[in-house]
Amino acid sequence: MSASATGLRGWLTTTDHKRIGLLYFWTALGFFLAGGLEALIIRAQLAGPNRTVVSAEAFNQLFTMHGTTMVFLALMPLTAALFNYIVPLQIGARDVAFPRLNAFSYWVFLLGGLFMNASFLLGAAPDAGWFGYANLTSKQYSPGLSIDFWLLGLQILGIASLAAGFNFIVTILNLRAPGMKMMRLPAFTWMTLVTQFLVITAFPVITVALVFLMFDRFFGTSFYIPAGGGDPVLWQHLFWLFGHPEVYILILPAMGIVSEVLPTFARKPLFGYTVVVYSGVLIGFMGWGVWSHHMFSTGLGPVADSFFSAATMLIAIPTGVKIFNWLATLWGGQIRFTTALLFAVGFIAMFTIGGLSGVSHASAPADLQQTDTYYVVAHIHYVLFGGTIFGLFAGMYYWWPKMTGRRLDERLGKWHFWLTFLGMNLAFFPMHLIGLLGMPRRIYTYGPELGVSTLNLVSTVGAFTIGLATLVFLYNLWRTRRRGAPAGNDPWGGATLEWSVSSPPPPYNFSVIPTVQSRLPRWHTEHHGPMPDPPEVPPAPVPVPGGSWWPLITALGLPIMATGAIAHALAVVFLGAAVLVVGIYRWAYEPFEA
Amino acid sequence: MPRSWKTLLGLAPVAAGLIGCRAEQFPQSTLHPRSDFAWAIQDLFTGIFWWAVVVFVVVEGILLYAVFRYRARPGAPPPRPVHGHTLLEIAWTLAPALVLVLIAVPTIRTIFHTAGKAPPGALRVEVVGHQWWWEFRYPELGIVTANELHLPVGRPVALELTSADVIHSFWAPALGGKRDVILSRTNRIALTADSEGVYLGQCAEFCGASHANMRLRVVVQSDSGFAAWVAAQRAGPVAPAPGTLEERGRQAYARSACIACHTVQGVSAGRVGPDLTHLGSRQTIASGLFANTPENLARWIEDAPALKPGSLMPKMVLTPEDRDAIVAYLRSLR
Amino acid sequence: MTHAAAHHTSMGLDSRKMAFWAFIGSECLLFGSLISTYLVYKGKSLVGPYPHEILNIPFTSFSTFDLLASSLIMVLALAAVQRGDVRWAKIWLFGTAFLGLVFLGGQVYEFSSFVHEGLKIDTNLFGATFYVLTGTHGAHVTVGVIWLLTHWVQTLRGKMPTPMTVEITGLYWHFVDVVWIVIFTLVYLIQ
Repeated sequence: MSASATGLRGWLTTTDHKRIGLLYFWTALGFFLAGGLEALIIRAQLAGPNRTVVSAEAFNQLFTMHGTTMVFLALMPLTAALFNYIVPLQIGARDVAFPRLNAFSYWVFLLGGLFMNASFLLGAAPDAGWFGYANLTSKQYSPGLSIDFWLLGLQILGIASLAAGFNFIVTILNLRAPGMKMMRLPAFTWMTLVTQFLVITAFPVITVALVFLMFDRFFGTSFYIPAGGGDPVLWQHLFWLFGHPEVYILILPAMGIVSEVLPTFARKPLFGYTVVVYSGVLIGFMGWGVWSHHMFSTGLGPVADSFFSAATMLIAIPTGVKIFNWLATLWGGQIRFTTALLFAVGFIAMFTIGGLSGVSHASAPADLQQTDTYYVVAHIHYVLFGGTIFGLFAGMYYWWPKMTGRRLDERLGKWHFWLTFLGMNLAFFPMHLIGLLGMPRRIYTYGPELGVSTLNLVSTVGAFTIGLATLVFLYNLWRTRRRGAPAGNDPWGGATLEWSVSSPPPPYNFSVIPTVQSRLPRWHTEHHGPMPDPPEVPPAPVPVPGGSWWPLITALGLPIMATGAIAHALAVVFLGAAVLVVGIYRWAYEPFEA
Repeated sequence: MPRSWKTLLGLAPVAAGLIGCRAEQFPQSTLHPRSDFAWAIQDLFTGIFWWAVVVFVVVEGILLYAVFRYRARPGAPPPRPVHGHTLLEIAWTLAPALVLVLIAVPTIRTIFHTAGKAPPGALRVEVVGHQWWWEFRYPELGIVTANELHLPVGRPVALELTSADVIHSFWAPALGGKRDVILSRTNRIALTADSEGVYLGQCAEFCGASHANMRLRVVVQSDSGFAAWVAAQRAGPVAPAPGTLEERGRQAYARSACIACHTVQGVSAGRVGPDLTHLGSRQTIASGLFANTPENLARWIEDAPALKPGSLMPKMVLTPEDRDAIVAYLRSLR
Repeated sequence: MTHAAAHHTSMGLDSRKMAFWAFIGSECLLFGSLISTYLVYKGKSLVGPYPHEILNIPFTSFSTFDLLASSLIMVLALAAVQRGDVRWAKIWLFGTAFLGLVFLGGQVYEFSSFVHEGLKIDTNLFGATFYVLTGTHGAHVTVGVIWLLTHWVQTLRGKMPTPMTVEITGLYWHFVDVVWIVIFTLVYLIQ
């Protein structure tokens, strides 16, 4: 098998980080559309009081799967798509440190996502919320298969994230081109690194939380069951110990993207690079000390509440510092209004609103009126839609030419941006008021007496506007395949290494590994002229490793095991384990050098 | 560019002001405090809100200015490659820190002020969350009721919250913030209502199929009104006169499966569902879902799960005569 | 993963080894969560048997000693591999795996005697936290034993594993031992 294997086999066996990046992108886009569709049904149901578009049970499945899908199957994998495609190029590497492990991560993610969504076919989609609070998830109160699908699916997805985490940490630390010191790493790569450290430390905690839940449901233990002495609040601690770092796992990559896009289109270096990097690291660290701000209403006592209030407010400081540095990057620049820039500026504008409502949640007493209401729904969507998704769209418009060789259409892009911008503010801004006026979240119906019917209708209109904007984006992707303007190596005048090679880059990325002399290697700086691009044709043949079937086959073992667990068929579990073990051995002894 | 949100956010305090004048249109609003607890939160939130407005205007103002002022112009010289500025970095680290201190101090003060410690002599009420209804027990008064919490105005109240099954959250916004209702522990709320009225609330922690239907109302009454209510609740159930429809209803009730789950003092002692001893005195049935009318009660008894998904109360198989008689009987239990 | 090893590395550290250190960091959080839960639930069991009634410290001390000894032998195995000594590599690799198997045998004995004395996983919180914690550790030892035996079979076939591979195996083995020391101290000694 060679890297140039084409057709289906080429994709199934690929270990090329660029192909894997594209696989992540298209798969995550599919899940993003599924999660979006779920959101639209939710909004159709809530467009007015006492509507009956879906049943209570279906609604609970929809909001659970909307949250789970967007977090684990859409946003994280979309960031992974960009990590995969861009990070090796930005550090001057030929691939990631462990190309087959990288393929394994992708296949595990895909299969885990399909496994979780297969629950819909059985009418048993998860229905206890993406946060799955105990003891509602116990066998007694959730007797069906829905929670089993959820917890096994999340375990599978966790393996994908962990494997990718180790891979990217080593890639970034160890595969940098000569001269690419840590403080010369592009900001996006830096934020990727911080994100991966959060992944490898946060996911073990949710793994343990889910293992306990699995034992409670399958083997009759009482980790979360009060009747057996267990405490359902333990789940909340473990879940949010994972869950808050997870929030930063979702937002830091977007901050990294914005830190790349703004300098390119303002034609100015990132203002306060060092401060931006260190504040990202600081946010990563502090993200570990604030989990209980999700639990102010749990009743942890005034001392704990005070501590977590103060710690949460502290996080606002490095976040604010980043925002000011982005503003200073724009200040005095020559700003070109490309779609990528619009989304990056939109990120700053929207994320600021999400940050400010976040401060009101950090204040424990204020949060007692806001938590579990639509005010929180507004907050997380300003952060995760206005923040992460705006950042991701900025990254897509920015790097799509690199990934495909063609630019996305700018006119359609602007339509996409403005419709998204309008739609998101129509959808999510009224939710602040809806929450303050007393509407809890996660309710499938509400009465007209609450006085929030009109605001909800506006919100629904906004949600469908976002849907329309997404259609524009899809059309743009489709159209660009044939009619997009050719990108050339560097359509934007970027400073970083990915722009020094062709679009898309050759399988080996760099014909000659570049030697880096500054933080902005392709720009003219005080001490250095721009780096010459590597030659079009490699002076010596560059070996490229072939593909491998074993990552895919090994990954298949996991959903087989999970299916066996769901069906309580021990033989199937063993079959899956056998596939896994055989896959690992064949993988380990496969000659993989090029 | 971002004019739409600017307009919207500009409207927020205005909208809040408008709302302030018309509390009755928003019976579950957090912006219309009716107790010391709720006021403490409102005062804190108002401060945070205005700080947020200031920061918002500064950040978005700079952003808009920069984006318009520094548009690329053809022929302009390349921008100066500024890498950073230490003094600026220090300034915009300290400025948010200062604002946050100004928020943190009142926050922590309010946390301890609203920690749920009631003064001695406060009226104790045990709140028990069930899938999907509320039980209110007044241990000092010997009253057990459901879904409608009666409180005297101006007197401190100590709520002790616990659950019979999964985690719920007790929330009546006019009276203050929510607290989770958890089987393995007791949470506390202390408050003093400051005006008479009927305020809506509902469960705020997702608790299963009918989470949306786990509603409640709080009736804050004058001292005399509350005393009258207490006296009525402490009295035994009304005994219907022989030969009336209500009396036939009492007999049908006593024969029916209802008694396995419901209490009517002296008639049945079920503990699974709400106590019905004074059902007729309540404004609503089915955890605040429907007005307490004969029609609604009949529909409810016939097929509760159709009206409230997942309801533990099954369809009751009754003859139409029995059903109407039971409705009449329950309505008479004032 | 030989591909990565061939690369020049920026930190001068083999990529697989670095990945393994990251993995161990991640594992610390895994065991940290399990151990914390054990400690949080200590004394919260509603019914017996309770730890002091059932834990056999002399027996487990032997298991602990056995595992510590295996760590020592692992060091000898790595040294033998590093100097290309197939004969002793064979012996020490098998020795390490054997002591691992002895530990696992001890755990099987311990678990079955506990079950016999009435402590099942669903008996109480002690049973749940104890079995999940020590069981997770036992699963790690099992993986280590299989890994060591794989190396051993390789040496039997006259093919010496590379020093780097064995070094990583050793890293894993020592880590699993250290975790056991923590578990032994917190679960058995400090009751």
